[in-house]
Amino acid sequence: MSWSVIVQSLPTFEKALWVTIWMSAVGIALAALVGLIVSLAEYFRVPVLRQVLTVYAEVARNTPLLLQLFFLYYAFPVLGWKMSATACGIVGLTFLGGAYMADGFTGGFEGVSKTQIESGKALGMSDWQLARYVVFPQGLALSVPAFAANVIFLIKETSIFSVVAIPELTNTALDLIGLYYRSNEYLLVLVLAYAVILIPVILFLDWLERRVRHGAFGN
Amino acid sequence: MAHSGINVLFAGHNFARLMGGLWTSVWIAALSILFGGILGILFGFLRTRSNRLVKLIFRLYLEFFRIVPTVVLLFLVYYILPRQFNVNWPGTWMAVLAFTLWVAAEYSDIVRGALESVPKHQIEAGEALGLNDRQLFWYVSLPQAFQLALPGTINLATRVIKTTSLLMLISVMDVINIGQQIIEANNNEHPTTVFWVYGLIFILYFIVDYPLSWWERRLRKNSKEVK
Repeated sequence: MSWSVIVQSLPTFEKALWVTIWMSAVGIALAALVGLIVSLAEYFRVPVLRQVLTVYAEVARNTPLLLQLFFLYYAFPVLGWKMSATACGIVGLTFLGGAYMADGFTGGFEGVSKTQIESGKALGMSDWQLARYVVFPQGLALSVPAFAANVIFLIKETSIFSVVAIPELTNTALDLIGLYYRSNEYLLVLVLAYAVILIPVILFLDWLERRVRHGAFGN
Repeated sequence: MAHSGINVLFAGHNFARLMGGLWTSVWIAALSILFGGILGILFGFLRTRSNRLVKLIFRLYLEFFRIVPTVVLLFLVYYILPRQFNVNWPGTWMAVLAFTLWVAAEYSDIVRGALESVPKHQIEAGEALGLNDRQLFWYVSLPQAFQLALPGTINLATRVIKTTSLLMLISVMDVINIGQQIIEANNNEHPTTVFWVYGLIFILYFIVDYPLSWWERRLRKNSKEVK
């Protein structure tokens, strides 16, 4: 283990760290949006759209991200759809994450206790009012643990971006190992880099979970 | 054009080779789930019983796997075992080792959660009947914890199966690696080969994974209705 090798590689890893961070952030935000749309279609039982989105979610959840990326990056150009590696990464993460997020939100909405919904109905609330004032606030609070798990999962999944040569952390480490054969040093920096991203995220999400637990009435 | 690409799938031994690759992925997943499951049960059990130090060590072990992506884990095993420990296993066994350690970590948490979720009155009822500690564990805690842990177990299994897609990164001859060989051999002549080969592998993974996740969902739904 050579200290100078580690120090010299730090600027390269810093660049890669930001690639991992911004791609995770954009991918997770879009995944949450897609997940919300899917779970809303499920909640309001929108005909056709709901079935289509269910099929999407099953496909996305039951296939590996690596294959989804290969499909986007290598197979889609055959059909005339070309995308940059970065775009493929974002689309892939959104595709996969959307299904996981949808599961989390739907689980939250379904977890709202029946008495809450019945009370709302007894007060004469319309379907929309029931959703807006009873189910969504409580359901979203209930889905925070699943959301947190998904965020951590999706950040880690960005390591798979390395297969389409996106210069994120894992790809950068593998490149450096290929160039200089210093596997111990670069792997150590790589693990630490993920810790630098994930430990604050995990702590923040734990805090968020504790905070919104007050929103989970009747449980 | 599209026609020639799909024919590549069934030309020569291509289809049999892809299925052989899928078999490699499946048995690596199966062994990892088996070994990791056994270790995970042991770790999970220890985490409910031991003193603080042991608990802390297992907690750190778990947190390590929570932070390190599986791709990185594979490379850690792949580079460190031969160089630091002079262990030169084939890639398949390195993959089994990496996946086993990961499964053990995640599964220990599922098992611990399940053991702790067995209702207290069940244990107390057992005590009232005069069961000793061992009987309490085998006849009361374990059967009920098993049921509580089953959906999480299946979920983990589906994830292990999907993660076998990473095996090609440490040059294991899995289904994707073989697919790439077929693509390289045929894509110049039939440019749509890439589409059909990845399409087929995509469907294969779905076929293996979907029944499991369907089972998991059913179990979760049933347990909700019981409540």
